[in-house]
Amino acid sequence: MNLFNKPAHVLHDMLINKEITAVELTNDLFARIDEVEGEVKAYITQTREAALAKAKAVDEKIARGEEISFLEGIPGVVKDNICTKGVKTTCASKMLENFVPPYNATVVEKLNAVSPVILGKANLDEFAMGGSTENSAFYPTHNPWNLDCVPGGSSGGSAAAVAAGSAIWSLGSDTGGSIRQPASFCGLVGLKPTYGRVSRFGLVAFASSLDQIGPITRDVTDCAHVMNIIAGYDKNDSTSINAEVPDYTKSLVKDVKGLKIGLPKEYFVAGMDADVEKAVRGAIKQLEDMGAEVVEVSMPHTEYAISAYYLIATAEASSNLARYDGVSYGARVEGTDIVDMFKKTRSEKFGQEVKRRIMLGTYALSAGYYDAYYLQALRVRTLVKQDFDKAFEKVDVLVTPIAPTPAYKIGDMVSDPMKMYLQDVCTVPVNLSGVPGISVPCGFSDNGMPIGLQIIGKPLDEETLIRTAYTFEQNNEFHKSIAPLREAK
Amino acid sequence: MKITRKDVENVALLSRLEIPEAEVETYTGQLNAFLEYADVLTSLDTKGVEPTAHVLPLKNVFRADEVKPSLDRELALSNAPEQENGYFKVPKIMEG
Repeated sequence: MNLFNKPAHVLHDMLINKEITAVELTNDLFARIDEVEGEVKAYITQTREAALAKAKAVDEKIARGEEISFLEGIPGVVKDNICTKGVKTTCASKMLENFVPPYNATVVEKLNAVSPVILGKANLDEFAMGGSTENSAFYPTHNPWNLDCVPGGSSGGSAAAVAAGSAIWSLGSDTGGSIRQPASFCGLVGLKPTYGRVSRFGLVAFASSLDQIGPITRDVTDCAHVMNIIAGYDKNDSTSINAEVPDYTKSLVKDVKGLKIGLPKEYFVAGMDADVEKAVRGAIKQLEDMGAEVVEVSMPHTEYAISAYYLIATAEASSNLARYDGVSYGARVEGTDIVDMFKKTRSEKFGQEVKRRIMLGTYALSAGYYDAYYLQALRVRTLVKQDFDKAFEKVDVLVTPIAPTPAYKIGDMVSDPMKMYLQDVCTVPVNLSGVPGISVPCGFSDNGMPIGLQIIGKPLDEETLIRTAYTFEQNNEFHKSIAPLREAK
Repeated sequence: MKITRKDVENVALLSRLEIPEAEVETYTGQLNAFLEYADVLTSLDTKGVEPTAHVLPLKNVFRADEVKPSLDRELALSNAPEQENGYFKVPKIMEG
């Protein structure tokens, strides 16, 4: 029936109008997964039986004449670092290959309350460490726009599934760009909410002061609806913000008149792909033509953000991942004594990027280097954050590229971790500062790969982000493009 | 060189990781590449700048000390590599 390439809000209306049933929709998605999954590899686990049972229950509810909520009966996928009770949560790591959480993450509880159909768990870079999904311990995910390219990462499976039509919506997590960059690489909308806006309870920790869960969807309307479901205070996450959650769908308004947009010149870095710069500058011009006021702003500490980010993120990771010791859950490799058991377990079950980051973080925190690296990184974090505070005294939002290039070929960067880290230049300052950022499609490269526009907002002002992104989206057709699932010639 | 082979071996020990001899060189090179890049950071004057460990102005978050239902023991142990009599089981730690 080809329902798989429609956004959730269209399918929701079709369900209400009884044009389709949730079972038909779910079966349509199964057929699509069968068709494309062998090439895309977006999933780690599929939960078809539970998905179909949920769809049947929703159809019965509709048949009884009861009202259904927005995502009710609409199939989606959850990144495999978000705990799902009774369903394996692997973090794409051999360490957690057989881990079955005894509880649900708060976002999964919130989703379950509105009965979406959850099709399974999406692939990622191991423990969300990476920007290409090539660091998955199981297999890399392929970009539906060009199967030879990476889908971005670390939420590459979540993005590729939606772009390929093997899910309608998804959840990802973003520590340094891991929602926004794959959304950009796959032509989708991805939102990293304000730090604390969405509960992290049940999200397997990578860097706790930076991690945040958010939606990846086909358009801004779906993004607003999913945010309505997942946002809010949670007593189980002491870092979640106890503030009222607005109805984000009220921000689906086509109007940027008088909006003050800041253009930070430091984000247009040397070596930026010409197609990316053209698409982003074109988008800014459009927003200006629609009545927004664009002013150049300076964020002088941007160039220090990658160093600060990688020192802080790896320091937190080295501490968070100390829990994988072969004792209470996860894999164990036997050794001659307990310390040998710890070492063998961690050495055999963590992949190379994870080990590299644990070692860098341990080094940055170790005696003799703590002040020079970790503490210095925390001071620079203050300066990066102050850049945002100052900019937001003058403007409502900042508009920048998401990444210096569109999606690149699988294998192109794996041998050079530093080159890969430099790709995060436009996204990590947002996490360091805790502000929200959204990626919205704004064009294509000459070779047909999607390019995303980043809109950054004030803390807890996701509403202005959604309004700006929606206005831009509705003035264009990018969100209606369908990934061709082709291979490079 | 910011970091030597010996540093990498020491950091691996602190991280409870065993790095095969053949890979120590690779990790040393990669960690060096990053630390050299991070020179821009270490050379920045941050005198008088407070560190930010966390973006939210949170101090301690307290709750009342009340007994509430917690995870069932069997369920809590369900992912353990080895368990015995309701406990996690580890290799022997002490002699004798």
